[in-house]
Amino acid sequence: MERYTLKNLVAMLRSRDISSHEILEMYIQRISEHDSSFNSYITLNQDAALEQSIQADRLIESGDPLPLTGIPYAGKDIFCTQGIKTTCGSKMLENFIPPYDATVISNLNNQGAILIGKTNMDEFAMGSSNETSYFGPVHNPWDLARSPGGSSGGSAVAVAAGLAPIALGTDTGGSIRQPAAFTGITGLKPSYGRCSRYGMVAFASSLDQAGILALTAEDTAILLESLAGFDPMDSTSVEADVPKYSGLLNVSIEGKTVGIPKEFFDEGLDAESEQVFLDAIKVYESLGVQFKDISLPHLGLSVPTYYVVAPAECSSNLARYDGIRFGYRHDEIDDLDDFYLTNRQIGFGAEVKRRIITGTYVLSAGYYDAYYLKAQKVRQLISQDFKKAFQDIDAVMGPTTQTPAFKIGEKIDDPVTMYMNDIYTISANLAGLPAISHPCGFVQSLPFGLQIIAPHFAETELLNLTHLFQQETDWHQKQPPDLNEA
Amino acid sequence: MEWEVVIGLEIHAQLACKSKIFSGSSTNFGIEQNTQASLIDLGYPGVLPVLNQEAVVMAIKFGLAVNAQIAERSIFARKNYFYPDLPKGYQISQYELPIVFNGSLEIQTQNGLQKRIGITRAHLEEDAGKSIHDKFEQETAIDLNRAGIPLLEIVSEPEMNSPKEATAYMHKIHQIVKYLEICDGNMQEGSFRCDANVSLRPKATSKLGTRTEIKNLNSFKFVEKAIAYEIARQEELLNEGKEITQETRLYDSDMDETRTMRTKEEENDYRYFPDPDLLPLEIDKSMIEQIRSQLPELFEAKVQRYVRDYGIKENDAVKIADTIELARYFEKVTAVFNSDNKLVANWILTELLFVLNRDGLSIDQLGVSPESFAQLLQRITDGTISGKIAKDVFDSMVHEKKEVDVIIQSRGLEQISDVGEIESIIVEVLETFPDQLQEYLDGKEKILGFFVGQVMQRTQGRANPSIVNEILKEKIKNN
Repeated sequence: MERYTLKNLVAMLRSRDISSHEILEMYIQRISEHDSSFNSYITLNQDAALEQSIQADRLIESGDPLPLTGIPYAGKDIFCTQGIKTTCGSKMLENFIPPYDATVISNLNNQGAILIGKTNMDEFAMGSSNETSYFGPVHNPWDLARSPGGSSGGSAVAVAAGLAPIALGTDTGGSIRQPAAFTGITGLKPSYGRCSRYGMVAFASSLDQAGILALTAEDTAILLESLAGFDPMDSTSVEADVPKYSGLLNVSIEGKTVGIPKEFFDEGLDAESEQVFLDAIKVYESLGVQFKDISLPHLGLSVPTYYVVAPAECSSNLARYDGIRFGYRHDEIDDLDDFYLTNRQIGFGAEVKRRIITGTYVLSAGYYDAYYLKAQKVRQLISQDFKKAFQDIDAVMGPTTQTPAFKIGEKIDDPVTMYMNDIYTISANLAGLPAISHPCGFVQSLPFGLQIIAPHFAETELLNLTHLFQQETDWHQKQPPDLNEA
Repeated sequence: MEWEVVIGLEIHAQLACKSKIFSGSSTNFGIEQNTQASLIDLGYPGVLPVLNQEAVVMAIKFGLAVNAQIAERSIFARKNYFYPDLPKGYQISQYELPIVFNGSLEIQTQNGLQKRIGITRAHLEEDAGKSIHDKFEQETAIDLNRAGIPLLEIVSEPEMNSPKEATAYMHKIHQIVKYLEICDGNMQEGSFRCDANVSLRPKATSKLGTRTEIKNLNSFKFVEKAIAYEIARQEELLNEGKEITQETRLYDSDMDETRTMRTKEEENDYRYFPDPDLLPLEIDKSMIEQIRSQLPELFEAKVQRYVRDYGIKENDAVKIADTIELARYFEKVTAVFNSDNKLVANWILTELLFVLNRDGLSIDQLGVSPESFAQLLQRITDGTISGKIAKDVFDSMVHEKKEVDVIIQSRGLEQISDVGEIESIIVEVLETFPDQLQEYLDGKEKILGFFVGQVMQRTQGRANPSIVNEILKEKIKNN
């Protein structure tokens, strides 16, 4: 079974080698045949998608298609989609049908793209393994016993397993990059403010960012052109021009300086993983990149900082799920307090509750200064570390994760170990920086990812570096073994 | 022991914006329930707030009017608590860094002295929805039309020392927001409401006593009475050697008493933190200066101008400028009728206010345009009607909604200034009352009024009084 890139599909559509309708039928067929093994989709948009593909074909026929006309994409089930169930991986929103589209969804739809379905995810994006989903875990196509990572695990698997050419995810602490690394694909978390958050169910508002899971940097660049941009409905989105990313690839990186933070190698990274990363670096060196050892002194504090800031924001963001206007609502209740307690007790899963409780605690009178305020200060220090580093370097590189994909069930009962998963990725969220993960080799026959972090709004840098790497290597073309037989 | 009363007020002024503070929904009042609540007001998953710049401009206007500082950078914070009419589970407000701080205004105390009252801060926030407990049995209904209505919360320093001072301060704030046209000031509709913090301390000491907060007072009278009740209650407790419990109380206007709503222990921990969905609000100096240059004339300037340019007494100017509606009416009348400003002031402060008070009307409900009012005064000065007749005409204008000249003509109310006609009536009167005439001639000059009255009675009050007086004296002398 062949995985098609977005770029390939656009070319095939334009040359009339295939119709949009045929593409959609192919993906729907693949999903119905294979997704029972992966559980990557929660909801399929089958009928509407097929209908839209017919219209897309007419538009292509007419010779005036939009950039993404007829191209299917998968959307993480955190993006509100008008008339299509948006569960956020939670029982709380099991039957929630939004009356509106998230801005990023309408941005893609307005360019002709077709939403094929909504992908599985950790509940409210809280998790690093996709095991906290109310709709069951997602299985990694490289080894079904393993987790694809999370929280955008469904989107990552859909792309890795050829069930969608490209997918939208969100990244609050690594939720795009870690699953991309675990499934052998490319995942971009743009700068905070690059893409609108309007219509994206909020987890931690100051960290959440929509992004892309794709087979190549080139596909990522093409989609980002449509996805990104200022949105008057999101005060935190940034009024900056959106470059034509796909036209800015293949720019020589000779003489670029990349920093490797020594803190990434302090502990937890095993020898084999480190070696895979160091081998990948050599590819960049061969392209003329100069490497430099740097230090980001406060990096070690990023996980604890994150686990104060993110729960604090989530405890407030999730207060709206009270069962009054939408969401799970229990019928038999005694009084108002019982109504709140019952709805939230039944509607939310364990990890979500854990974070709400943590967040409520760190914001409480008497603890605010010691936790929330202190975390915000450390966050500033982490930002400053990067700012200082970027005076001398163009980007930061390191492994995306410490290990390749772990087994389902291996870490779910140990939250702290699970939280440590995001040790390399979280700092980019805390600093609002763009970061990408691309496949760079295999560890124990499982894909391994390399992360690049760049200064604010330097997505072009990330995409160009990755693209040139992908011109030299074929790690990104490696398909999960079973796929080859399918 | 002698106690000193210390009062601070928190006033919630609903800003007169066309749309809500964080969404595009309309702010109209009295519309069908839940029809002015967008997905943002409903707190739907994924929605985000966007700050209404009109509200920002209004807050700045207020800050400038009370000589406050305008923060170059202020922060919106979330105040977290669960309540069914609070859709997001938090209210967006300002906490540590409000948009307006360090202002003040002057009130007049009972003994006529000016007193400065500090304004600690004024901050922007959204209103919650409304819980309706009395419409359905056993159930509470929620109306979210009010959710997201922009409010300016104005917090005073605890610097008022009597219920009268508190209402004087509240009145002043009311006057300012209405002058600035940033709030309609309608207290029945809840557009302007007040929480009062009251505490007592031994006279001549400086440490504040334990305070209680009386919530949601929506009239000047209630503020005065609630505070007065609270002072008496606290004084009694303190005199008995008991302690005041820090708590929130509600005023029951039917019983004229305050009651415990919740104690300090029962207060929510609101877990304030900066709202990550909104950037810090940054206001540059040029924006402030532009708003300053467009501020309307305020009360003090108006009074001065009335005295200087209109030549009316300061006392009258103060009364006319007291409410912006009256001031506007005065200015419109004088724009049409400018020959006698004092007459205008006099008529507004006596006849107009009398009718408004008697009929319980606002000036807009009166139905007499400033132009018509000017026409009435014109008819007095040009001698068509007397001042006394004019009062009746004014009453008819209010009740029959007819124009001045129509009323005068249809009822034949024109003043009789014809000397011959008046003379013949006077002759008739003098002949009818020879005894009284003799009394007058014997030196009882007061009786002249009796003759004037008789002439007026025979002319239904239409005889020009000055001509009557003149001819009467002349006739008697020549008799």
